[in-house]
Amino acid sequence: MRQTNKSPRGSLALIAAAVVLTLYVWMFLHAESQAAVGVLIAAAAIAVAVSRKLGATRTMEAAVAERPGLARALSLLGALALIAAFHDSHFVLLMLCAVLLFSTACLGLTVQFGYSGVANFAGAAFFGIGSYAAAVMAAHTQIPHPLVILFSGLIAAIIGSVLITPVLRTRGHYAALVTIAFGILFKTFIEVNDVLGGPQGLQVPGMKIFGVALNDGIAIPGVEMSFYVAYALLSLAVFALVYALVSALERSWIGLSMDVVRTDETAASTFGLHIARWKVIAFTTGNFFAGIAGSLYGMVSGFVAPNNFTFADSLLMLSIVILGGLGNIAGLIPAALIVLVLPEKLQFIQEYRFLLFAALVIIILLFRPQGLLPRKTRIFFRGETSK
Amino acid sequence: MSEIGQYIFNGLMLGMIYAMVAVGFTLFFGVLDVIKFSHGDTLMVGAFAGLTASIAMTAAGITSPLLQLLGVVLFAVGLTGALGAVIAKFLILPLHKAPPLNTLLATLMLGTVIREAVRLFYPDGSNPKPFPALLPTSSLELGSLSLRVDNLILLAGGLAAIAGVHFLITRTKLGMAIRAVAQDGETARLMGINFEAVVLFTFALGSGLAALAGVMNGLYYNEVNFNVGLLLGVIGFAAAILGGLGNMYGAIIGGFLFATLQVLGSALLPALIPDIPSAYKDVFAFAAVIIFMAWKPTGLIAEKSSERV
Repeated sequence: MRQTNKSPRGSLALIAAAVVLTLYVWMFLHAESQAAVGVLIAAAAIAVAVSRKLGATRTMEAAVAERPGLARALSLLGALALIAAFHDSHFVLLMLCAVLLFSTACLGLTVQFGYSGVANFAGAAFFGIGSYAAAVMAAHTQIPHPLVILFSGLIAAIIGSVLITPVLRTRGHYAALVTIAFGILFKTFIEVNDVLGGPQGLQVPGMKIFGVALNDGIAIPGVEMSFYVAYALLSLAVFALVYALVSALERSWIGLSMDVVRTDETAASTFGLHIARWKVIAFTTGNFFAGIAGSLYGMVSGFVAPNNFTFADSLLMLSIVILGGLGNIAGLIPAALIVLVLPEKLQFIQEYRFLLFAALVIIILLFRPQGLLPRKTRIFFRGETSK
Repeated sequence: MSEIGQYIFNGLMLGMIYAMVAVGFTLFFGVLDVIKFSHGDTLMVGAFAGLTASIAMTAAGITSPLLQLLGVVLFAVGLTGALGAVIAKFLILPLHKAPPLNTLLATLMLGTVIREAVRLFYPDGSNPKPFPALLPTSSLELGSLSLRVDNLILLAGGLAAIAGVHFLITRTKLGMAIRAVAQDGETARLMGINFEAVVLFTFALGSGLAALAGVMNGLYYNEVNFNVGLLLGVIGFAAAILGGLGNMYGAIIGGFLFATLQVLGSALLPALIPDIPSAYKDVFAFAAVIIFMAWKPTGLIAEKSSERV
């Protein structure tokens, strides 16, 4: 058995890795020419291959497992550093918001699909419900905006509960059909519905928190700042909060029960677990998170339209979940970066992105079903980690 | 009177197309217990293959509608059947031991790949394309009801195709092999049945049937669109479930039931709620799918399933 005393070397390695990764993402977001992006991708591929050969990835994983607090603090710092570095660039900040908020929605999908095995092929629909709810509430009511976000999540969860009966009564592909039908129904309904703006969509008013309009930007004398900085910070806060919730949930008996329900329903019921209850909890929680993310996303982009919430977008969200490693929430951010930012950077694949990511998911399912960063067995007692 | 006749006829036509798609789903589920969700997009490939064949034959100077029709059907069914076998060989069979949701996900993604590939790479594929009218357009007068000959031919063609598949499955040696594999793949292998060949043939058969449905759909609406597969796939899948997966008669009944529902919906909805846009009929169809799943989760004729623990 390996020594598990916390050595300073592990911490140093983690800090070094965080700096390198942050720098890499910075360079990636900064790269303008297609050639530079290509070089960076090649560099990442080589670095991953070499460090895997040298066993550096395993050391790093062990270090993260030993110091979850430090790893999280460093990721947060890295994200803050990136927001600070791009404080004057609207476009990059908007992309960061999209990555953070889509990852938040994917955290919801992970609770449903990754933990409890409830397939939800309508992720974009629940995201969209959140956006539309925010658009309507912010434009027509006086509800304070932080509450609007919360209510949007609740509305997504409540509308999702209409599907609970069919999802619970069915299993596997039958349940999948229900959510697929719902996803298409939602988009068609929004498109033909005049009250919600039809195909043209709706404007979403900018966000106001405690009387401060985020669209006015934060003014620091002497520094020119994009108003998206505030949105990016808010998105980061929402993501961090949901992430903390989901990872606490995974470590708790709730996550354990969900895993049992997913892997073996018969065994779960012999151990006295109420299968339907866990599925309902997972489904509702997941939709709530997707709704929250969607609501904030609507406010960030200032505009919602049915074409943003198609079935293809639901599949794109599932691609992020599968690509990151089903059930591994730490893998969502890199996966979201690949799925959302790469097409923006490599303009020539923008048109082909649905095609490419669908093909990528097929390849992953065929050859590496556990995803890029596979989920680890949870470790409750750190002394008995790796053998 | 003639309006009701029109509705009935429309329902029959839709039902025939849905039934043909649903039979494919049920065949695949029968032999491998998998759902191949890209089935609807396979149908769309069939329609586009038919369109290509027609354009090519016109370019080659063959303008006789009968010859063109023959070419269109043969090319569409042949190409799509081969595509179905290739998909089974390289995607479905390798994933056979994976969790069923993985197969569903992989085929959903495959559907996206096919759809996007046609949209991006078929010349001007993102717009609806006119489908040539290859059938006689005269009409038969039966009292106040006028029936178009081309629609009658389409109905008869669909009926013949389904009857043909049914005959193949129930009366021939090959059909017996398919049924044996459907009942128990292991035992079928022990009896000397070439498991893989039977599976590949079944997928080719189902895909060919879908291609025929795609050509029929194109001839009926005089239009093909890269997006048609998603809708038909969902509805065909729903129809197959409605009839009980793995049951061929169930799939046919499910297809017609669903068409009835949709036609009733589009006829009754404006009567119940005035000034409702006709676009709501799709919303109604998908809502019906969800309600049906809540009411009869495993279909009207339940799938024979025994849980192996």
